[in-house]
Amino acid sequence: MDGSGNNVLLNVNRLTVHFHTDRGLVRALDHADLRVSRGEVVGLIGESGSGKSTLARSVLRILPFSAEIAEGEISLSGEDLLAMKESDLNNRVRGRGITLIPQDPFTSLNPVYSIGTQMEDIVRWKGSAGIGEGPAGAKVIEILERVQIPSPRDQIGKYPHQLSGGQRQRILIAMALLPGPALVIADEPTTALDVTVEAQILQLMKSLVLGKGISVLFITHDLGVASQICHRIVVMYAGQDMEEAPVDVLFSNPRHPYTKELLESLPNAEGTIRDIPGEVPNLIQPPPGCRFHPRCSRANNLCALVLPEKKTVAEGHRVRCLYPLEA
Amino acid sequence: MTGLKLTWRKFSRDRLAFTGSLIILSLVFTAVLAGVLAPYPEDVYSIHPGERLQPPSSRHFFGTDNMGRDIFSRLLFGARITLIISIIAVGASMLIGVPLGLLAGYYENWFSEAIMRVADVFLSIPQIILAIFLAQSLGPSIHSVILALSVTYWPWFTRIVFAETRTLKKASFIEATEALGASRIRTMLLHVLPNVSSSIIVRSSIGMGFTILTAAALGFLGAGAQPPTPEWGVTIAESRQFLPDAWWYATFPGLAIFVVVMGFNMLGDGLRDILDPRIRRGFE
Repeated sequence: MDGSGNNVLLNVNRLTVHFHTDRGLVRALDHADLRVSRGEVVGLIGESGSGKSTLARSVLRILPFSAEIAEGEISLSGEDLLAMKESDLNNRVRGRGITLIPQDPFTSLNPVYSIGTQMEDIVRWKGSAGIGEGPAGAKVIEILERVQIPSPRDQIGKYPHQLSGGQRQRILIAMALLPGPALVIADEPTTALDVTVEAQILQLMKSLVLGKGISVLFITHDLGVASQICHRIVVMYAGQDMEEAPVDVLFSNPRHPYTKELLESLPNAEGTIRDIPGEVPNLIQPPPGCRFHPRCSRANNLCALVLPEKKTVAEGHRVRCLYPLEA
Repeated sequence: MTGLKLTWRKFSRDRLAFTGSLIILSLVFTAVLAGVLAPYPEDVYSIHPGERLQPPSSRHFFGTDNMGRDIFSRLLFGARITLIISIIAVGASMLIGVPLGLLAGYYENWFSEAIMRVADVFLSIPQIILAIFLAQSLGPSIHSVILALSVTYWPWFTRIVFAETRTLKKASFIEATEALGASRIRTMLLHVLPNVSSSIIVRSSIGMGFTILTAAALGFLGAGAQPPTPEWGVTIAESRQFLPDAWWYATFPGLAIFVVVMGFNMLGDGLRDILDPRIRRGFE
């Protein structure tokens, strides 16, 4: 699965997003590309402010009012999402074709409604193609069993604050899977959790998604987490997509200087941690051309002038760099 | 334990809220049954010059006024007027203020700014001054009082709902709702509003007390209810020229205002303690 051909579910092309703020125009995304095939789990990796969440929110078109999609295309199964009317988005895309697993399980459930109420609401409102026939209550119980909530009958009357973070995240996963989406956007679904709970949630997501024909856009800053669940990884830096490759290729053979630096900055067995020299750029006045060039050891004057096109360097492996590393 | 049971248990343990609600329940009881409870219901309007300015006794618990009317009976009927004025005024303020606050908080554009700046202008002038001005120019009557109070109290609701909506907008569950394709109306009514409701309830309770006080002040100043209405502020105004000899004439209506306003404030403060979700977590 290299994201090419007719199998493409989500296609994002040259997406440029600006935020209007008091301090100026924040150029959050700069001509970013992304493709997700059917049944594929794609990791979107990047530091804070690299634009990965902005990209995900652009796909659902739930950006804040201050945001503006300045350029680019987004399509789902060939349908242009940017041209779609708000009412069509609400009826066909949001919560149906695409669902979201939010970042923070502690604040992502409405505190005034019980778990059962919130989930039955989704069944009635968005359908339950992910689970099959039956009355709403029974469907809720069944999906809660699937996400391994112990004795779900006793849990549905509970309010979010009565449940642990791990349980809440399981419920959010259940809610995202209920309508039977083609694409699930998981926005750092494990970041707020303990390491042991994180492992359980990842395991759960793998069992519920892999081989079921559901595509996942998995947003994370944690390369370790991404490597466990993703087929393919897209590396973002300061609003630009730098490199995409199958997981093992990306780890063994990174071709973009930033990816290499990022991998080398992971803590290793010797306990030494390297950091990348320089600082993450200010997105109000980002460096021209390739935004990584001020910190890049291979950069020359040309890098400050043009944003390189993405080059295919191997099957499914594409790099946005004028001077990619040798294989 | 369900949320409702928990709330009830905390409520019954909260002495402040409990006392406040007892006071308010007796006020409502009194207002509804004024005709039955009052020893001299006809004294609201009919005068008995022979019994003028009698001190409290077993015949007239709170004494009589300068026209010989039973003050106790008039106070009971005054409770009815007070309650009607404040319920309508607070209800109308809520109906104006809450939707405006929701809209202004949810959207972040010139419209929100316009609403909030107008609310700020209202909040920057003491409510009583604005209300006197309005009631006076409309012609002093109970209707004018209700209108003046509604028009001047809504910004309190707007301010509170606005601030809470802005905070809630950043909450992840609102974004999750939008990601599910909830329309803006649905998000506001089904997800933002229920989370703001406790603040609205608290503000209403405090607002009732505040409104009663302002209505009485308007009555006292002659800008509100007019004699011979048994409104409490009007009664105090009438009593002025007979002080200090007929001390009961002013004291009992004053006490009535004091107790009722305190009741609403106690209930409001108590409810705030009970309904605040940050405190609720401690009771899991």
